[in-house]
Amino acid sequence: MPDSPLYAAAAVAVIALAIAVVVLVGLKVLRSFRELGTDAERATYTTLHAASKAGRHLRTGLNPAGAAKASRQLRTLLGCDALAITDVSGVLAWDGPGEELRPRLMELAADVLSGGRTQVFNAADLQLSARKSGSIGAAVIAPIRAGSRVVGVVAAFAPSAGAGLVRATTEVADWVAAQVELAELDASRTLLMEAEVRALRAQISPHFIYNSLNAIASFINTDPARARELVVEFADFTRYSFRRHGDFTTLAEELRCIDRYLLLERARFGERVQVSLRIAPEVLSTVIPFLSLQPLVENAVRHGLEAKEGPGHITISANDSGAFAEVTIEDDGVGMDPVQLQSMLAGHMDGEHVGLRNVDARLRQVYGDDHGLVIETAPGEGTLITMRVPKSQPGHNA
Amino acid sequence: MSPAVGIAAITAVSVATAVIGFYGLRISRTTGDFYVASRTVRPWWNASAIGGEYLSAASFLGVAGLILLSGTDALWYPVGYTAGYLMLLLFVAAPLRRSGAYTIPDFTEARLDSLAVRRVTSLAVVIVGWLYIVPQLHGAALTIRTTTGLPPWVGSTAVVVVVCLTVVAGGMRSITFVQAFQYWLKLTALAVPIIFMVLVLGGNDFPGEAAPATNPTGLAPAGPYQNISLLVALLFGTLGLPHVLVRFYTNPDGHSARRTTLIVLGLLSVFYLFPTAFGLLGRVFAPGLAHTGQADAVVLLLPGRLIDGPAGELLSALVVAGAFAAFLSTTSGLVVSLAGVISQDVLGGSVRGFRLAALVSAMVPLGLAFMTDSLALAGSVGLVFAFTASTICPVLLLGIWWRGLTDAGAIAGMVTGGVLCGGAMVAGTVLGAAGTPFWLAQPAAWTVPAAFAVMILTSRATSARVPRTITKVMTRLHTPERPLATER
Repeated sequence: MPDSPLYAAAAVAVIALAIAVVVLVGLKVLRSFRELGTDAERATYTTLHAASKAGRHLRTGLNPAGAAKASRQLRTLLGCDALAITDVSGVLAWDGPGEELRPRLMELAADVLSGGRTQVFNAADLQLSARKSGSIGAAVIAPIRAGSRVVGVVAAFAPSAGAGLVRATTEVADWVAAQVELAELDASRTLLMEAEVRALRAQISPHFIYNSLNAIASFINTDPARARELVVEFADFTRYSFRRHGDFTTLAEELRCIDRYLLLERARFGERVQVSLRIAPEVLSTVIPFLSLQPLVENAVRHGLEAKEGPGHITISANDSGAFAEVTIEDDGVGMDPVQLQSMLAGHMDGEHVGLRNVDARLRQVYGDDHGLVIETAPGEGTLITMRVPKSQPGHNA
Repeated sequence: MSPAVGIAAITAVSVATAVIGFYGLRISRTTGDFYVASRTVRPWWNASAIGGEYLSAASFLGVAGLILLSGTDALWYPVGYTAGYLMLLLFVAAPLRRSGAYTIPDFTEARLDSLAVRRVTSLAVVIVGWLYIVPQLHGAALTIRTTTGLPPWVGSTAVVVVVCLTVVAGGMRSITFVQAFQYWLKLTALAVPIIFMVLVLGGNDFPGEAAPATNPTGLAPAGPYQNISLLVALLFGTLGLPHVLVRFYTNPDGHSARRTTLIVLGLLSVFYLFPTAFGLLGRVFAPGLAHTGQADAVVLLLPGRLIDGPAGELLSALVVAGAFAAFLSTTSGLVVSLAGVISQDVLGGSVRGFRLAALVSAMVPLGLAFMTDSLALAGSVGLVFAFTASTICPVLLLGIWWRGLTDAGAIAGMVTGGVLCGGAMVAGTVLGAAGTPFWLAQPAAWTVPAAFAVMILTSRATSARVPRTITKVMTRLHTPERPLATER
């Protein structure tokens, strides 16, 4: 071998590494044995550990994937040969031998499902051929009761069904029921959050409808063509705002809505409202909550510029910032008192800026607390509102 | 050419890139242009931007170098690079755009409802990105060495520093217009010298040193296995390139996305005419470059050799500037998309995390570039495509078109493809170009089918793990978008 020193060095390194690993693992095992405590303590630990592991799998409700993993833990917990979990319509999971019983399990469990009481079946009931079933001689089937309904059963199979196994199986079934109820609670919490988002969905303000119609009315005699144009814009704006489907829209659609809105506002304010835009085309297709920008622009017009003397300027910009799209709305109007704004956003008082609070609450609800509105303002200094939403939202359909 | 001209060209491009990155192209509009604003990115612009980001050092220098070395066999590279877009158009672009996911890890997580798959995909994306940056840095090193005589590490370091500065300072987001500009710069930098050279050659009787058909190196021509393997790598590899996919989101709707892809095909076809012409002219007038291991530099050296005086110097400067633009644009596009993935998966998605991730994603390939030798540029990029085709491509294709894919299958397939293809790459590096058997040098023909097979078989075996959201996700991927409600 031409480069034997190199090989020797490599071999020594590998052997040293192997020895180190063995020593480390050995030390760890030794230490863990020393610290485990008495037999009783250890038994308690194993039981609770198996239960908490099974619980994690059941927290998504009774479904095949979760039940399959949980049944493994529950079988060791009960110390039986085989364990099955069903819901009301079919077997979800079977752990252990005796799978040939699987097709008949629902038949056996029918009484338990309707009666809600634990039942014991002996070998004759199970019609087992001794050759196939191995050691299984009896079955205990206990109902899973969530609230007043029976949502499934736990079936434990063992050579014989003593009182201990019956009691333990019933307890396990009750424990599974508690986990299922927790899962249902989780599901209803999600539903509640969705309902809340829907309830928060912004409404266009009645003031705006009234003012717009008045502004249009004033053009009917002096400039009928413009009046007609404005009515069409108004119709389009309301069609967008009143649409029923979907809680999300794209930035492009929302901007188009803002365009119509500003057109109508300018019919009223004339050249007092000036708007400039700086939109990065990359973020136009970003999904945002429906009517989440228009209230911010309306806030800028209503509370920033209306009270101000002379012309006011609104800048709307949207930027691509890594994984997020950043939308800012800036006006040079009268601004707000930050302290007051803070208590309004926290929901302590009903102020004029209900639109802002609504948008803020929805953004937090949908994207988490990191994505609320960031508002920079002071009296007389104008207002800068920043909104940051993730570009990638596979769960939300615009 | 004189070093001063080269340095001037490189400095000018670097400064211009940095300045554009810092200040951006900020265009303010008034409300009158609102409709225009929401439709700004015309398919032409977007297609140019895709071209700008896609055409890398391999295309700019490597293709010409390969044509010089191996003649028509090398034409498979431009064919594969371009035809990959056809695959993208047919199989991936529209469903991925509908999915609402911006990155490939986002897509796999949403499709398979599994965080573990997301982690593995992110890892694959990061590895692909790093491997893809390395040839860009090699190209920069080669350019610096050839044109200025400075040590090669200066080139790679310069590219990394410029990219880091602009990305960390918050500029050089992959701005559509900047990238579109890069495409036209690269095209001009190749087309103008070629046209001048052809005019000069046509005008006087410049003696050629060899016939175009003569092989300057005497290397054996590639067999059908190599060509098929290469085509598999390039066709399937294009599907998984992270920085290219994101561009399709800039299209306002599906129709313009399809038009964009069509234009991209045209733009790429036009572009590849010129490296091919460079390679051919190189065969006739500078076959010596193939012997000195400078084949990849043929694009940089040829104008100076064929045209004397200041005109030659200027043309050389133009080529060098175009090459550097290629390194900078491709590297920065990759660094930005890598930093996005790393910061989101490891650092929690903050702005600081993004900057840190950008530094990491630029520094690691720099280290790799220092440790490895610059092989033929087109060849090493071909290997990166093979890696992408063996890892990301199967999970994308099966994820979009097969209901039966499971998280376990996806992970098993990606790991298999990654290990096989990565192993082949490492073995190829260890054994050296001469000692590598042909099936290790071009592994895609067996690693891609292996990855697909493992993914399909494991998914079949674990069919209980098909996510429950499958019908919802598939519906979203494959039903056409709802027409815009407010469209008039």
